[in-house]
Amino acid sequence: MKANLKYNAAWLGVMVLGFVVIDACEFLGIINSFIENMLVTIGINIILATGLNLIIGFSGQFSLGHAGFMAIGAYATGIITQTLVTPIGFYLSVVVGIGIAIIAALIVGIPTLRLRGDYLAIATMGAAEIIRILINNLKITNGAAGLFNIPPLVTWATVYVFMCITTIVTVNFIHSRSGRAVMSVREDEIAAESMGINTTRWKLAAFVFGASTAAIGGSLHAAYIQTIAPGDFNIMASIAILIIVVLGGVGSITGTFIAAIVLGTLDTVLQNFGTLRMIIYSLALILIMIFKPSGLLGTWEFSFKPLGSRQRKEQSVHE
Amino acid sequence: MSSPLLTAQQIVKSFGGLTAVANVSVHFDQNELIGLIGPNGAGKTTLFNLLTGVTPVTSGAISLYTDQGVQSLNGKKPAEIAQAGISRTFQNIRLFKELTVLDNVRIAMTNHYREGFFTSIFRTPKFYRTEADMTTAAQKLLAIFDLTGVADQPAKNLPYGIQRRLEIVRALATKPKLLFLDEPAAGMNPEETADLTRLIRQIQHDFHITIVLIEHDMSLVMNVVERLYVLEHGALLAEGTPSKIQQNPAVIKAYLGGEA
Repeated sequence: MKANLKYNAAWLGVMVLGFVVIDACEFLGIINSFIENMLVTIGINIILATGLNLIIGFSGQFSLGHAGFMAIGAYATGIITQTLVTPIGFYLSVVVGIGIAIIAALIVGIPTLRLRGDYLAIATMGAAEIIRILINNLKITNGAAGLFNIPPLVTWATVYVFMCITTIVTVNFIHSRSGRAVMSVREDEIAAESMGINTTRWKLAAFVFGASTAAIGGSLHAAYIQTIAPGDFNIMASIAILIIVVLGGVGSITGTFIAAIVLGTLDTVLQNFGTLRMIIYSLALILIMIFKPSGLLGTWEFSFKPLGSRQRKEQSVHE
Repeated sequence: MSSPLLTAQQIVKSFGGLTAVANVSVHFDQNELIGLIGPNGAGKTTLFNLLTGVTPVTSGAISLYTDQGVQSLNGKKPAEIAQAGISRTFQNIRLFKELTVLDNVRIAMTNHYREGFFTSIFRTPKFYRTEADMTTAAQKLLAIFDLTGVADQPAKNLPYGIQRRLEIVRALATKPKLLFLDEPAAGMNPEETADLTRLIRQIQHDFHITIVLIEHDMSLVMNVVERLYVLEHGALLAEGTPSKIQQNPAVIKAYLGGEA
């Protein structure tokens, strides 16, 4: 129990430190609005990719429609905060977005996750398109023009806090009975079933969980960028999130963080290269896929625990 | 005779035109050690799959006798049957390969240590308590079967014989009343088989459960089981004690061929 407290305190320390460092840089003027924009994009991508990694890396299901769930969150925020221009309005819109995303995920997930195999990939791809086309044609979402002048109710600090919360919740989910049940489905569905694990239920749990974090990412995106259009949430947007997961390592949350930071930075740095940017970007991806096909970190996770046990070992050696 | 635990009446399974299991009736009693033998393709594994719900029966009735009375297992999903108290191992080992030995066992305990969604994502004291209880129980089980030393290893790194043993331990972690072992001695050397024989006796003795064993290794089968079922071409050929089966002309014919 005491050891757990120590690890949790260490993680809390890291999160606070990260916040203080960014805040100090902001104060000293090292971070201009350009870099802040990059940091916020990285933060939102981390939220989106962590949820997708839970679905792909831990439950072993393939989802190609993450941007669809993101769109739900984004439009919930866009629509609600235009009438309710308060922080409360924003948080309410986040909750509404999560609620709708959960319903959509259940509708897609219940029929497809009963089956074994990659049916979810096709179904989610279709569902994301349906969501996008609905948004494109509805009056409330302002059709293809999208929503603009969404009140700026989100700062980099809000994104940072949300990123920390969703990561903590996701990691806690993974390192619990639920997470182990989800991983057993990935490892061997037949064996999991014969151990009394309701595979459909756990696949659905991971999928719905991932979808609701995507909605949070969407809400933050809408409120920070202030402009959203249906085109922002097409299949390419889903694939962009998928790239982060695959690059970082399918099944490694640490990898997702690193990949989101690396790609986010690369994207910004390469903007100076104009059209060469896309070529260098894809070249980097191809090289990584050739030399490190399991992603940057594979399934490795950073943890304070080995550090703690090494300390203990050293102590016992000295004694 | 002791009280029954599971009965299967006239179960049939056909895959298209092929009848894999034809009108088989078996009964397994409380705390019994039963062998299921037969030539390759006799339908032994299919029978296991039917009894554990992996494949649904075409016709026939399967009932489990529990403290709450008789429960029909027809049409139940594998997970429900496992929760009702039937566990199994597989002919080709099916461990959770990338996960640690400890996690393999803890996953099997999922339904016995319930921690709610919110207790686990918010790490309440109850979460740590349940988690600690579960880990202690898993470690105890691993200690009984000499697996403590490899608890933190991924299952895929274990030698073959140990993987087989871990699969049995994992099945036991679900707290079954009935344990199906599908060819546990396959690919084992004589020494490992002798160990397995001891292990099976120990499990039946310490855990007070019924064990049903599919096996081709006759030294193992004849040594440990109390009663045998012989299957051939999907039909029940004979039933009885090992000594009786060894003298049964029909069984000898099925195994050795020719006139008996």
